[in-house]
Amino acid sequence: MVLGINKTRDFADMELSGYMRPDGSFGFRNHIAILCSVGCANDVALRLGRLYPETVVLTHRQGCAQLGGDKEQAARTLAGLGKNPNIAGVLVVGMGCESITAGYLADEISKTKKMVEFLVVLDEGGLMAALPKGARLLDHMVREASQMKRVPCGLERLTLGVKCGLTDTTSGIATNPAVGMVADRVVESGGRVIFGETPEIIGAEHILAKRAATQEVEKGVYRVVNECEERIKASGMDIRGANPAPGNITGGITTIEEKSLGAIKKGGGTTLQGVVAYGEIPEGKGLFFMDGPGRTPEALTGLSGAGAQIIIFTTGGGSPAGSLVSPVIKVTGNPRTAQRLSDHIDIDVSAITRGESTLEDGYEVIFRELIKVASGKATKSEALGCGMMSIWNIGSHM
Amino acid sequence: MKKAIVMDEKDNVATLLADADKGDVIQVKTGAKETEIKVQEKIQFGHKFALKEIKSGQDVVKYGEIIGRATKDIPNGHHVHIHNVESLRGRGDQA
Repeated sequence: MVLGINKTRDFADMELSGYMRPDGSFGFRNHIAILCSVGCANDVALRLGRLYPETVVLTHRQGCAQLGGDKEQAARTLAGLGKNPNIAGVLVVGMGCESITAGYLADEISKTKKMVEFLVVLDEGGLMAALPKGARLLDHMVREASQMKRVPCGLERLTLGVKCGLTDTTSGIATNPAVGMVADRVVESGGRVIFGETPEIIGAEHILAKRAATQEVEKGVYRVVNECEERIKASGMDIRGANPAPGNITGGITTIEEKSLGAIKKGGGTTLQGVVAYGEIPEGKGLFFMDGPGRTPEALTGLSGAGAQIIIFTTGGGSPAGSLVSPVIKVTGNPRTAQRLSDHIDIDVSAITRGESTLEDGYEVIFRELIKVASGKATKSEALGCGMMSIWNIGSHM
Repeated sequence: MKKAIVMDEKDNVATLLADADKGDVIQVKTGAKETEIKVQEKIQFGHKFALKEIKSGQDVVKYGEIIGRATKDIPNGHHVHIHNVESLRGRGDQA
């Protein structure tokens, strides 16, 4: 199957627009986020979110009693979520006793020069006392954000995240190759694409490694795969049943190698510029691989933390999943899923699977939807308010 | 006619694009080339069947790459899935 891009499809009729941020980046949403630095602050953040329903409340279970790399990863991802250009301003809520403090996250996020405030619940005298102070801070940010306007911008401003979930064999045949062409288009236009899910390149790493920009990047691909496979071996288990998951197997996927060979197509065919850690914001433009699990909540959170303003989610079996920070566009090549899960599927490319249309046709439909969504059109998961946060945990909680 | 797709000419399996019953003759597309093959059992949409006999221990090839190893002889037209193929990777059970 040839994955060349049809250059005649230039989409000159379409315009991309976003919110320019003080650091020169562009947001394609204009959220005010209430970001917890630690799980114990979730209740305060959720109550503040009820007072200001237009905010996004980023709760999670981490931020304390974590060691070494696990703590660093959580801190990096939380700061990355706050820095995501889709967020106009952030209120970080901490307790005052945690290891990843609200002050630290606010400092990190303020490097982007966007609006950032923090609230320390124990310093204020508990939940009741923290609420009015938090409300005053949010009132200012929500009303400031309401005056911001979209302006036209180029595709080079986009960091596109690509992820697959509930994969079946249609993912490798139709959806991932068509999305891969979109990824190529974004890279060729000077933008950035991030894809990840390390278990899902096992058996296909040699293909990615061949496309590495440097020897260091090539080594990076093999390193993350080896670390992942060693973790599986240390468990003493056969990966099958966990990945491919039971739903993948029902959908016709037999082995992790088969799943991976289909999965890597969603990143397209350009040079791999780098391998980044989970939730790490890549430096430079082009295609990047992010280390991390395939499990949907962690994969979406990691992509949002790494700066993806929009995520394309290819799916065989379908899913309502979303991200609170980055709109998620669901694409399926499975005709039954397109019909049964129409509430969750943004784009149906099952005509490719049926042999009634080409990958180029699928590419065009997906690319057009990407530009529309980036410019403000709500995705199905956004309209339904589906979003979840879960940071990949790589150590025990103490 | 029901269809199946072969992702690469090196492949020894095809993926069904419709549910197939035993004895159905399937149109198999490999790029521009089309052939026909009779499936020998009921096989679901999206699942794979053998294009030629795959002997036990032989590689199963899709996308032109190895996706696993046959654990039983798989005759031509038979279902190729977890009951007769094993993964070569991520095998903590064999570590």
